[in-house]
Amino acid sequence: MLNLALEVGRTQTPEAILFWILGPIAVLCALGMLISAKAVHSALLLAWVMITLAIFYIAQDALFLGIVQVVVYTGAVMMLFLFILMLVVVDSADSLVETIKGQRTTSIVAAVGVGGLLTSLIGRATIGHTEVGLALANVNGNVQGLAEELFTKYVWAFEVVSALLITAALGAMVLAQSQNIKSRTAQRDRSIARFRSGSLAETAGLPSSGVYARHNAVDVPALLPDGSAAPTSISRTLEARGDIIKSDVFELEASEVEEN
Amino acid sequence: MDISNYLYLSAILFTIGAVGVTVRRNAIVVFMCVELMLNATNLAFVTFSRIHGNLAGQVASFFTMVVAACEVVVGLAIIVTIFRSRRSASVDDASLLKR
Repeated sequence: MLNLALEVGRTQTPEAILFWILGPIAVLCALGMLISAKAVHSALLLAWVMITLAIFYIAQDALFLGIVQVVVYTGAVMMLFLFILMLVVVDSADSLVETIKGQRTTSIVAAVGVGGLLTSLIGRATIGHTEVGLALANVNGNVQGLAEELFTKYVWAFEVVSALLITAALGAMVLAQSQNIKSRTAQRDRSIARFRSGSLAETAGLPSSGVYARHNAVDVPALLPDGSAAPTSISRTLEARGDIIKSDVFELEASEVEEN
Repeated sequence: MDISNYLYLSAILFTIGAVGVTVRRNAIVVFMCVELMLNATNLAFVTFSRIHGNLAGQVASFFTMVVAACEVVVGLAIIVTIFRSRRSASVDDASLLKR
């Protein structure tokens, strides 16, 4: 059954349909990754690109690589990315201000030039338009064929790569080990820092969040003596996520005040 | 379908990744764009393997994946370390050599 399905997928038309559906999706997802301001959205769109690429590999007789692509890239690498995003920069929207003048235009022009060069090269090349096909190379199965290449011709490269993997694992452990880069800030240090901050307004600590008759949680700001909301009374993370309730929701109507 | 369509797709994805590396400033997104470029070259390798009818391209692609995995692990560890000391993951803030 699987062989039959692979046989059908290899004929001309189904592969073309597959390509013209998934190819544009891959390009659109890649563009979306490029322009989305939130890093989490970028990661999810990149995962889509990787899944479409895995399908392309399988369509091109690279069964093993297709599976490895799903397991290693969309499985391990993208989850690692999301994990680091959660750990490090939840509220990191990219600022869109250019620090180097004209950098964006220059880089886009340069990249479009490189892309144009590549595509025109592919268009002019005489090889690459007819295929030999992998039917002969995969005659014992794709995994067996790859294993034969890996453990005969490329066995030295394989050993070197294993050394590289071990080195990378050790390097990551050394880098991620938390030696205290700065000395740990204690209550005393924080107190001194508050007094040295310039203004004495926050020396007693930041105000706590608001307590209202109908709501008592950290997502509503406290009120200043003049009735306006105190911006320092809520966590910056909540602010970045937009999870704040405005305090005037709880304000009483004039008629309610009179009844009371 | 002309098989070189895969090569065109690979070139387009590589270009998009290159734009991302130069334009974006969040270090993690820059990293994702590098991954996209590596994936685009992998697609080209697999296509060439099919064109030439041997598995050398697929082996090269396999090695690329392994190296990319190493690169991600070490790179993300570096990003975490930089974030720990400077509270930022923007590539502009880490101009250590300037000072």
